[in-house]
Amino acid sequence: MTSSSDMKGNWEGRGMVWVFAEQSDGELARVSLEILGRGQELAKALNGQVWAILLGSGVTGLSEELIYRGADKVLLGDGPTLGDYDTSIYCRAVTDAALEHKPDILLMGATDIGRDLAPRVAARLGTGLTADCVALDIEQETGLLLQTKRGYSGNMILTFVCPDHRPQMATVRQGVLQPCPRDASRRGDIVSLSICPGQENLRLRILKKAKRAGQDSSPQEARVVVACGRGIGKLENFRKLEELAQSLGAAVVATKEITDLGWLPEGHMVGQTGITVKPELYIACGISGAIQHTSGMWGSGIIVAINKDPKAEIFKIADYGIVGDVNEVIGALIEELDGLKTGWGGCT
Amino acid sequence: MNVIVCIKQVPVSGTVSIDPRTGALKRENVPGVINPEDLCALEEALLLKQKHGSRVTALSMGPPQAEGALREALAMGADRAVLLCDRAFAGSDTLVTSYVLAQAIRKLGGFDLILCGKQSADGNTAQVGPELAERLGLPQVTSVQRLEVYQERLEAERAVESGLQWVEARLPALITVTRRINTPRQPSVEAILVACREKEVITWKTDDLGIDTSSMRFLESPTRMAAAWVPEPRKREGEMLAGPTKEAVRTLLERLRQRQVI
Repeated sequence: MTSSSDMKGNWEGRGMVWVFAEQSDGELARVSLEILGRGQELAKALNGQVWAILLGSGVTGLSEELIYRGADKVLLGDGPTLGDYDTSIYCRAVTDAALEHKPDILLMGATDIGRDLAPRVAARLGTGLTADCVALDIEQETGLLLQTKRGYSGNMILTFVCPDHRPQMATVRQGVLQPCPRDASRRGDIVSLSICPGQENLRLRILKKAKRAGQDSSPQEARVVVACGRGIGKLENFRKLEELAQSLGAAVVATKEITDLGWLPEGHMVGQTGITVKPELYIACGISGAIQHTSGMWGSGIIVAINKDPKAEIFKIADYGIVGDVNEVIGALIEELDGLKTGWGGCT
Repeated sequence: MNVIVCIKQVPVSGTVSIDPRTGALKRENVPGVINPEDLCALEEALLLKQKHGSRVTALSMGPPQAEGALREALAMGADRAVLLCDRAFAGSDTLVTSYVLAQAIRKLGGFDLILCGKQSADGNTAQVGPELAERLGLPQVTSVQRLEVYQERLEAERAVESGLQWVEARLPALITVTRRINTPRQPSVEAILVACREKEVITWKTDDLGIDTSSMRFLESPTRMAAAWVPEPRKREGEMLAGPTKEAVRTLLERLRQRQVI
C-alpha cells in the first residue's frame, strides 16, 4: 500500500473548507474574514460548505459575525484556557476537530499566530502546508486546491498542490483576498467543541504582555501610504518623511533596510518577506525598486516615485516620477501641502 | 546543557533561478551562505556555551556542498557538526525535512534546547521549526528576540503583531529566533583554517538514521510544485515630472488632486 492511500484514506469527498477564525481581544482578524470570503467561493466550486473554527474566551458573540461574513457553520471553542493563544491547546482543538469532521481544506491567516499554529497542526495531521499564499483556486479537473505564493525573492509566482494528503493546508497573506460583504440575514449553525487542556509540558506561561505603542493603524488599511527606502539617508530625514505622511493622513511603511535599522516596526515592512499593501496612493521615497520590495506594493492604485537616480527600477512601475534629492522633494511637498491647508482653511 | 542548532545553507540572495524546462530550482553551483536567521540561532547557542558551558551541535540537511555551512559553524565555535545528506532527501518539503531532522536529533540523543532561525531566506515558510517541535513533542516559542535559559526552563521575549510577549517554557524546548536577537560573530581566519583542515563534519545517510527507503512513506513530500512563472507587474504610462523641485512638486499635487487621491 502506498503512503498516499494511507494518508488520504476515507478523508474526502464532502468539499468542506475550513477557515481558522483568528481573534485577539475579541476582535476578528481581518485576514480571517478575507479568507472566509474566498473560502465561500472555493466551497461553491466543490459543492461543499465553508466552516469557521473559532477559539477564545468570551468569544461566542463573534460566531454570528462569522456567519454574516460567509460561514455556513461555526465550530466554537469558548473557555478560559483559550483566552490567550497557546500553541499546544489551540493545536489540540483544531486537530481534534479536523480528525472528527475531515475537512478537505484548512486555511489560516499568515499572521504570527497562523504561522505558529498551522505547521504544528500540519505535522500532527501528517499533511502538507503552503505558507503565505496570495491566491487560492480549485483546479477544475481534479478538485485540488491550487495554492499560489510568491517565491525566491518575490520574482517568481509558484503554485503548489497537495494531491494525496488531507486536509490541504495553506496560510494566506493579509490584504490579497476580498472579504464578503456583511449580510446580517444569513443563518448558520453554531456547534460547541469540547476542549482538552492539552499536554502540560507543552504549555507556555505568559509572564507579561506589552501592546505596541502608538496609534499604529494597520498600513494595509490605509488609503494613502508613504514608503521610505534607503535613499532617505538619516533618521532626521525619516522624521521629515513622517511629517509628510501626517500632512497627507497617510501610513508610513518601509523597505527591509529601514525596518532592520529599527526606525519602524517589522510589521511595516512592505515586500516579499513583509506585508502587501494596495492603497489608492503609494509614494515611494528613496526606494530603488528592487523586486523584494515592489512585489508587496505593485497592486497600488497610483504610484509616485521620488529618487535621485533616473534609472531606478521604481520609475518603471510608477505613474508619476520626480528625479531629484528625495529630502528636498519631501520638504517641498510638506511646504506645499501646508500651504494648501491654510489656503483651504476657510472652505472646509 | 546540550544545544542543537538547525542551520540551512541558502543561495546568496538573487542567485536562484528556475529551470524553465522542468520547473525545478537550479541550486547547483550557486554560492551558498548560512541562512541569516540560522546564523543568529547559532550565535545564541554559542552565547549559551560561554555562559553555561553548553555543548553545541550544528545540524543541517542538504546537498554535499552544505558541508561548507557546517565548517563555518565549527569555525564560529560549534563543538560538533552533522550533515544529513542523501539523494533520497532531495526536493523534500518542510514536513519531510522536519521528519529527517527529528530522526537525526533522536539519534544524537539527550538535548535541552533546539534553536532554529525563524524562517529561511529562500523558502520563507517558517514551518520547519514548529513541525520539528511537533514531531519531537516539544513546546515551541517562535519569533524570539531575547532569550534567557535557566536550569529547567527558559524565558523568551517574542515579537508578535499585537506587541511584545514574555513567555516561559519548560526544557527541553524548541525556539525560533529573528535577527533582532543578536549580531553573529565573525570567526577568525585561524579558526576557519582549523575548521576546514582539522575538524570533522559527520555525514549521515538514510541508513544511519534508520529510515527505511524501501517504503517511501516518510520521505514522500505531500506538497508538489504544479507551476512556476515570472509575473509581469502592471505596465504604467509613467509621467516624469521635470523642472525645479518646487515646480515638479506643484505639478504632482495638481495631478493627484485631479485624480482625487489627496
